[in-house]
Amino acid sequence: MRWACLLFPRLALEGALRRRPDPDAPFALIDGPAQRQCIRAANRAAREQGVKPGQALGFAEALFNAPLFKAPGAAPLSKAPNSAPENGSEPASGERLETAPFDAEALERWRQRLASWVYGYSAQVSLHYPHALVFEVASSLDLFGPWPRLEARLRAELAELGFSHRLVIAPNPAAARVLVNVHDGLAVDEAGLESTLAALRLDRAGLSQIHSDHDIVQTLHRSGFRRLGELFGLPRSALARRFGAGLMRHLAELRGEWPLALDYHRPTPRFSRTFAFDQPVYAIAGLAFPLKRLLQELSVFLIGQDAGVERFRLQFELEDGPPQNVDIGLLAVQRDPDTLLELTRSHLERVRLAGPVMTLTLSAPRLADYAPTRRELLEGPARQAQAWATLHQRLVARLGETVLKPLVEHREHRPEMAVLNGAGPRAREATTGPPRPGWLASVPQRCDGDVVQLLAGPERIESGWWDGGDIRRDYYLAQWTDGRHAWVWCEPERHGWYLHGWFG
Amino acid sequence: MSGLESLLDSRQVWRAQTVVDSDRGEAIASGHATLDAMLPGGGWPPAAISELLSTGAGNGELALVWPVLSRLTREGRPVMLVSPPAVPYPAAWRRAGVVLEQCHWLDVQGREALWATEQCLRAGCCAAVVAWLPQADSRLMRRLQVAAASGNTLAFIHRPLSKVAEASPAPLRLRLHRHAELEILKCRGSFPPSQRIAFGGGA
Repeated sequence: MRWACLLFPRLALEGALRRRPDPDAPFALIDGPAQRQCIRAANRAAREQGVKPGQALGFAEALFNAPLFKAPGAAPLSKAPNSAPENGSEPASGERLETAPFDAEALERWRQRLASWVYGYSAQVSLHYPHALVFEVASSLDLFGPWPRLEARLRAELAELGFSHRLVIAPNPAAARVLVNVHDGLAVDEAGLESTLAALRLDRAGLSQIHSDHDIVQTLHRSGFRRLGELFGLPRSALARRFGAGLMRHLAELRGEWPLALDYHRPTPRFSRTFAFDQPVYAIAGLAFPLKRLLQELSVFLIGQDAGVERFRLQFELEDGPPQNVDIGLLAVQRDPDTLLELTRSHLERVRLAGPVMTLTLSAPRLADYAPTRRELLEGPARQAQAWATLHQRLVARLGETVLKPLVEHREHRPEMAVLNGAGPRAREATTGPPRPGWLASVPQRCDGDVVQLLAGPERIESGWWDGGDIRRDYYLAQWTDGRHAWVWCEPERHGWYLHGWFG
Repeated sequence: MSGLESLLDSRQVWRAQTVVDSDRGEAIASGHATLDAMLPGGGWPPAAISELLSTGAGNGELALVWPVLSRLTREGRPVMLVSPPAVPYPAAWRRAGVVLEQCHWLDVQGREALWATEQCLRAGCCAAVVAWLPQADSRLMRRLQVAAASGNTLAFIHRPLSKVAEASPAPLRLRLHRHAELEILKCRGSFPPSQRIAFGGGA
């Protein structure tokens, strides 16, 4: 039991109905060229009047005007007292058939939205089959409880969204898809799959999808095959010879013997929602409520994506003039609705509306990876380390890798080689020895007149004869003209003082 | 009620002897007994910037902060140096007790140094930030002070002596003299003592 299939038999119609003020009024989707438009789908109120898919639009409309065709059980109860006398001697129903053109793009949008919704329950959601969603659930059951509980939850949410559906769970996506044609609420496991499939009628077994001209289904039907099980009993070589590899592959997919490669749904990595006002809004204060709702939707979306936003945009469409944009950038990636609302509010305090606002659009074109702030029982080293890693990342991102330097001393006598451009093993802990200054000048500078008095020294540093960087210096702790303490050196038997550091 | 009492009652007069920021957490001991005795709260103001004014490197500025840096790094907390005047010589820092692994320095100048200082202060993960910012003016110092407060970070900002006349939002301003002496120019919560303080250490 791994794959669930959700079938939406009336997706286009119900998607369109969601936007209508009264979804129970007669309504139909129409399709086809302008001269010959026909009904594609109709809601219950329209079907009760006799509207059927495939009817010509004129015929369907006539059903509402001519009571002759009225279905006997569906007499309209609300008779308008002064209802259109020109409709003839018979009293008209008072209802009209509302229509809207079938919109394939809207259907696709709804499919995507439903896929995004299911994505909250499963990481593998596929829109491979039209009108249906298949998704893997076995890995989600640990989180959402056993299948009956998850099933009830899915159905409750779909009912709230207003979509009729059928739901079946089977060991593989292909079997789930064909079983949902005839079953609802069926749960088949590996052992019961064969028998359940065997009982399936051939015309419902998804075979028509193999071959466009239904050749196979017809031939099988004429050969006397009625159920899928009768095909399972036949020798495979004979079946393959007669009906080709397509049928064999389909049968193998149904029984889970042939893996089905599916394209998985990837949620869109951007967010955009619009809120349209009935009345133009003149003040920022009037935007507070819709803003809160949009930010809540954004937050739900971000949680579904396990992402956050670093910047987003508010667009005010004005009654007159070009739209006004407010870009909101955050210091850190956020997704908590309260935080977002607070930050947005403080941003809007500095914004003046350029005119009355008609619509408000919140869009986040780019999502960012969200790392939740870990609240641990013992707020300690782990949190510190995380904050440090973030800071490190931010500094390096802007300033470059080489700018952030550690304090490293190599095991080397020459100060330059030990600190600046040395290599090799690190210096050991040394607590004794001659003093070293806190600051080292990167290049020694000639400083003959500035040394007033030598306070300590000399310390001979002589090294590097093997690598060409030969030095031979006597270091002194010296007092500078203004009283500061400097680290200076001179070469033995030569003149000239060089400043090489400060005792800070 | 006398006129003075009503004035005090209306809270329009600041009374110097009250320690204003007693609620901001305990002061961090500087490690110099004479200095701690002089500072209000007995140490460096926490979550705030301390401004150090001097003529340049070599005025005992390291000897002043080494004890506190040493203690903080031994606790395993990182310390950040921003645009120091020269390369820190690790041998001397280690001898002062600083754990080198916890010590980092940023070799940046100009505006980037200001930005980096603010980021380090705001992040709240550095135990202390020591920055050399001759370019910072009073407005930027206020910004850094806010960042230090929000990140709850101890901060030392070094500026040249020429800024001594400028107003500064730092709760503590010190002027470093040579031979490890300092003068408290301003300390929030008490009157600055008039005499110089020798804090020892140095070379």
